[in-house]
Amino acid sequence: METKVIINEERCKSCSLCVSVCPKNVLRISNRLNPKGYHPAELFNNDECISCGFCYLICPDAAIVEVRRPIKVKS
Amino acid sequence: MKTLYKIPEAFTDRPTTYCPGCPHGIAHRLVSELLDEMDLTKKTVIVWPVGCSVFGYYFIGTDAVEAAHGRACAMATGIKRSHPESFVMTYQGDGDLASIGIAETVHAAARGERISVIYVNNGNYGMTGGQMAPTTLLGQVTTTSPYGREALANGFPLKVPEMLAAIDGPAYIARAALDSPKHIIQAKKFIKRAFTAQRKELGFSLVELISSCPTNWKMTPEEALKRIKNQVLPVFPIGELKVDEEVE
Amino acid sequence: MSEKILMKGAEALAESAIRAGCMAFFGYPITPQNETPEYFSRRMPQVGRVFLQAESEVAAINMVYGAACTGTRVITTSSSPGISLMQEGFSYIANSNVPCVVVNVMRGGPGLGDIAPAQGDYNQATKGGGNGDYHSIVIAPHTVQEAVDLMFDAFELADKYRIMVVMLVDGLMGQMMEPVEFREWVDVKKEAPDWATVGQGNRDHRNIITSLEILAEGLEKMNIALQKKYSEINQNEKRYEEYKMDDAEYGLTAFGTVARISKTVVDMARNKGIKLGLIRPVTVWPFPNEIYEKRREQVKSFFDVEMNEGQMLIDVRLAVEGKRPVFYYGRLGGVVPTAEEILGEIEKKIGGAK
Repeated sequence: METKVIINEERCKSCSLCVSVCPKNVLRISNRLNPKGYHPAELFNNDECISCGFCYLICPDAAIVEVRRPIKVKS
Repeated sequence: MKTLYKIPEAFTDRPTTYCPGCPHGIAHRLVSELLDEMDLTKKTVIVWPVGCSVFGYYFIGTDAVEAAHGRACAMATGIKRSHPESFVMTYQGDGDLASIGIAETVHAAARGERISVIYVNNGNYGMTGGQMAPTTLLGQVTTTSPYGREALANGFPLKVPEMLAAIDGPAYIARAALDSPKHIIQAKKFIKRAFTAQRKELGFSLVELISSCPTNWKMTPEEALKRIKNQVLPVFPIGELKVDEEVE
Repeated sequence: MSEKILMKGAEALAESAIRAGCMAFFGYPITPQNETPEYFSRRMPQVGRVFLQAESEVAAINMVYGAACTGTRVITTSSSPGISLMQEGFSYIANSNVPCVVVNVMRGGPGLGDIAPAQGDYNQATKGGGNGDYHSIVIAPHTVQEAVDLMFDAFELADKYRIMVVMLVDGLMGQMMEPVEFREWVDVKKEAPDWATVGQGNRDHRNIITSLEILAEGLEKMNIALQKKYSEINQNEKRYEEYKMDDAEYGLTAFGTVARISKTVVDMARNKGIKLGLIRPVTVWPFPNEIYEKRREQVKSFFDVEMNEGQMLIDVRLAVEGKRPVFYYGRLGGVVPTAEEILGEIEKKIGGAK
């Protein structure tokens, strides 16, 4: 499945606020380094993400660029 | 996939100059979202302050001017009066607005200037290194209240919305907080009403946004937001203080 | 030109600004210039323009700054202590390259001083006053008619160079009733200039007006651009008047009200056989130094007369470069020198030289 949370890692300052407000604990600070020297946040469990958008709402740096929900297809 | 949230176009690509976890960026995003959603971006002039958001014009993509410390409401008055078609707002911190610029703010409000003010209160002078502000809480330690703010020596925290709600010029006065997703959603609703007040030419509008300053509070961003909830909001309660019925 | 109207200086100033296309006035009451804002408050609504009484001079000049950023012709008028409060705004306006006109009806200082006519703000107006390396164009009319004419020029110059133009006058000029003739009404452009901050609209770029540049090299570039503008103004905009200088053996020099009195001094001196002439700077910044350089070859000495402690004297001496003596006579604190008094001082100096 496509990612529900699009993160611009270059803008992330590793403040962890997204991680702290995530009700499903599906975000974490990665081990990678971005060009500014911060460890960017990452979505590590896309399946469990409920697309609530809390991460987007609290992110001060527009690093959480987009939050999406899968469209339910009638079978 | 259906997009639920997306960074607004008015929020530029330029990385902000704010410290990690500083809620200025949240306030910028809310303003940017509303300017886009209300189709105001191309007719807006933002008057930026002196303080941490002095470079705000790099981050919100509208025409902009940079005011002297505290003078944003006077400058906004000059712009709006001579070009009433423009949507004019100021973005100011608590040192800028509540201390050096309190006269300009109160009189712009009293005249009912058709401008909107976003007033970000983090309880200290962030850019200059965390000095005491008019909004600093009693007992709060800052670089110029090293033993904690004491009422006898330094007075009490200044509650600007309460002051302004008592005069006739404002059409909309509210206080919101940037400490949680729920409060951030509410803040956006309040700012939308402030913008509507100007769009409908109802009068002056101001939204105070209770913010944090993790760097100068010497806390993690998460701890700083908890401090808002536990210590700041009891002194600065959120809510709408004055609402012209036509802002809906 | 229209017919002559008998008007008080303070009101003629306001009317000329309105006819010159001034769309907005922001100001704060202060004596001795209240008749000017009072006139604006009556007239501006009649012609559909903005009059706003601000909460302070500090607010007033920042309203002017805001209006100037929209490319609107805007003015404030004040007097010395009020002008002091505006200095911060002047400095920001200078480094933002926006146009406006400021009238300073000078009164006695320092501090609260008095409300009598004086010229003690010459240095403040011509040498800066606010922080940083900047100038404003400073004009000093000596009659109501000249003030009225220069008001039109002030707005033109402000727009041409995107600069603040200061008109230095004093309470005498404001109270004087004189017949004045106004130039034709200036048609005001409806559209904001391309640099103005009024909302991006259909422009392909945003306009940002700021006096801030955090990198020293960048700020140096802004300063160099300002200096380039100032040297262009220096080249093109110096103005002065000479009165009976062609055969003069002595050169009197003064600006504003004192220059007006000095014309009488010249006539009185010539009646006594003293070949006196007058050099009257109309722009005191840029200062018309070339005319002193020219006349210093001809005259025996210069007499600088001011209602201050000799502030323009320094500019005159710089222009004369020590080639001739430059004597000074002045009154302070709002005392206006009489023609007899000035002539007496000149005769003393000439007598001493004999």
